[in-house]
Amino acid sequence: MTLLDFINFYLVPGIVLGSIYAVGAIGITLVFGILRFAHFAHGDMATLGAFIALALVTAGMDPWTALPLAMAITAGVAIGIDRTFYDYLKARPKIVTVMASLGVALMLRSVVQMLWGVDPTTYVTGIVRPTDYFGILLRPRELYTLTAVVLIVVGLELFLRRSKWGKAMRAMSDNPDLARLSGVDNRKVTMLTWAIVGALTAASGFMLGINTEVESMMGWHLLLPMFAAAILGGVGRVQGAVLGGLIVGIAEELSVFILPAQYKAATAFALLLLILLVRPRGLLNGKVL
Amino acid sequence: MPLLDMKAVRGGYGDADILQGVSITVAEKEIVVIVGPNGAGKSTAMKAVFGLLNVRGGSIVFDGEDITGWAPNRIVQRGICYVPQVDNVFREMTVHENFEMGGFLRKGDLSAAYERVYELFPDLKAKRRNLAGDLSGGQRQMVAMGRALMLDPKLLLLDEPTAGLSPKYMEQIFQITRDVRDAGVSILLVEQHAKQALAFCDRGYVLATGANRHEGTGQALLADREVAEMFLGG
Ligand SMILES: Nc1ncnc2c1ncn2[C@@H]1O[C@H](COP(=O)(O)OP(=O)(O)OP(=O)(O)O)[C@@H](O)[C@H]1O
Ligand SMILES: [Mg+2]
Repeated sequence: MTLLDFINFYLVPGIVLGSIYAVGAIGITLVFGILRFAHFAHGDMATLGAFIALALVTAGMDPWTALPLAMAITAGVAIGIDRTFYDYLKARPKIVTVMASLGVALMLRSVVQMLWGVDPTTYVTGIVRPTDYFGILLRPRELYTLTAVVLIVVGLELFLRRSKWGKAMRAMSDNPDLARLSGVDNRKVTMLTWAIVGALTAASGFMLGINTEVESMMGWHLLLPMFAAAILGGVGRVQGAVLGGLIVGIAEELSVFILPAQYKAATAFALLLLILLVRPRGLLNGKVL
Repeated sequence: MPLLDMKAVRGGYGDADILQGVSITVAEKEIVVIVGPNGAGKSTAMKAVFGLLNVRGGSIVFDGEDITGWAPNRIVQRGICYVPQVDNVFREMTVHENFEMGGFLRKGDLSAAYERVYELFPDLKAKRRNLAGDLSGGQRQMVAMGRALMLDPKLLLLDEPTAGLSPKYMEQIFQITRDVRDAGVSILLVEQHAKQALAFCDRGYVLATGANRHEGTGQALLADREVAEMFLGG
């Protein structure tokens, strides 16, 4: 196998998959850091986002134009879910909210299955030939995925570092009591967090859908690698989630060298166990909750 | 009329009353210190002023207005800022961002407020881009005070600002506290270093088991035999 073969058949798919995990993992890490619970409905929220995009595409939109709209709609849905379910539980121990999010996951999946059925489908049909960039083969959808991920990550980082409310989110993650003493409105930060998280899950669902297929269990299968990525990078760290996502994605694609292909999905689990054993706070020193 | 008038306040975190009738006043431009043994309720008394406690009796009047039972963010806007005893900075944010968060509720241009804070804490100017969590204990305490001063409060509540600091830093913090007072801010502080604090304050209170035990000018309390025996090691 030549180096180019390695890049084209293992590294590029790994990076594309890893970028998708990264976008999902950022959402998980934000919920963990700011709202302080493990959000198990994350994957199924991604499924919903993917199907909202599908509905828009079916209605005649171009997939990549549908993406921002699907992100916005899913952001609204995420805020609604928080208001309807999690908000009522915030005075209870966090484990109650964690369990409730599992219930929300099942509910979202059922809604998707009721509305769109259980058969896999795709945004676009037909085979797309990759373009050759100095020997590296990239399909347009892969190129767009990577571009979108870079834009999302850079945009989010700028928002968190530069804007007043981005800083408020970081303050809430860093020291919630002091943030409240400084006059930061917890409700607003919570809403903003869900808006961002909802948008991110929709993006991850859509990008998985456009690179593979759209089906009702897609998000559920994303959950483990996304959590692995978030924990690997260090809980509460946006950059850690990106790093973790890329590592998990690439590791899954490379795992076929040592494991039968059907064990691909177990790679994330193995990585998660490994990191918890040797470096429980993750690569970038995340929070201990 | 004093700026802060806390009268016979009772209350606690849950159902039990930790404070069993605490009365404290702070006049304009006064430095008032609370001392007392560990667990006496010093921090709790301060939290009561800042609306972090279930107050079940007594009243807290600030600047002519009854603020008993107000939420902290309303109290902040009314002109009281609070520096907690522990976890009083955003460790993963820069010094400057800590100040920005302190001024979160302020609208408009904050440059005068930043200038004032950096003037009070010149050491922090060079460190403005460092993470607060990476600073020394004394510098972190300065960040905490600076954050609280960004809103330009009338009354500053400081809970053990010198805990764990070297004598050099303790002197520096006391000096800054005086500077802040000279700039027109009244100060209520809890201190573990009773002797030094009583020597430097205008007036002091000794709390024990959630109630007032002694009060008077710093000098009078230092001279009091009973106070000396109780808290100052004879
Ligand atoms: N968050 C809380 N919830 C319940 N009880 C508390 C809480 N904080 C303090 N207490 C209790 O209230 C009492 C008074 O505590 P407080 O912190 O006010 O003492 P302190 O005088 O500040 O002591 P120290 O010098 O150790 O800071 C103690 O018995 C303590 O256990
Ligand atoms: Mg205390």
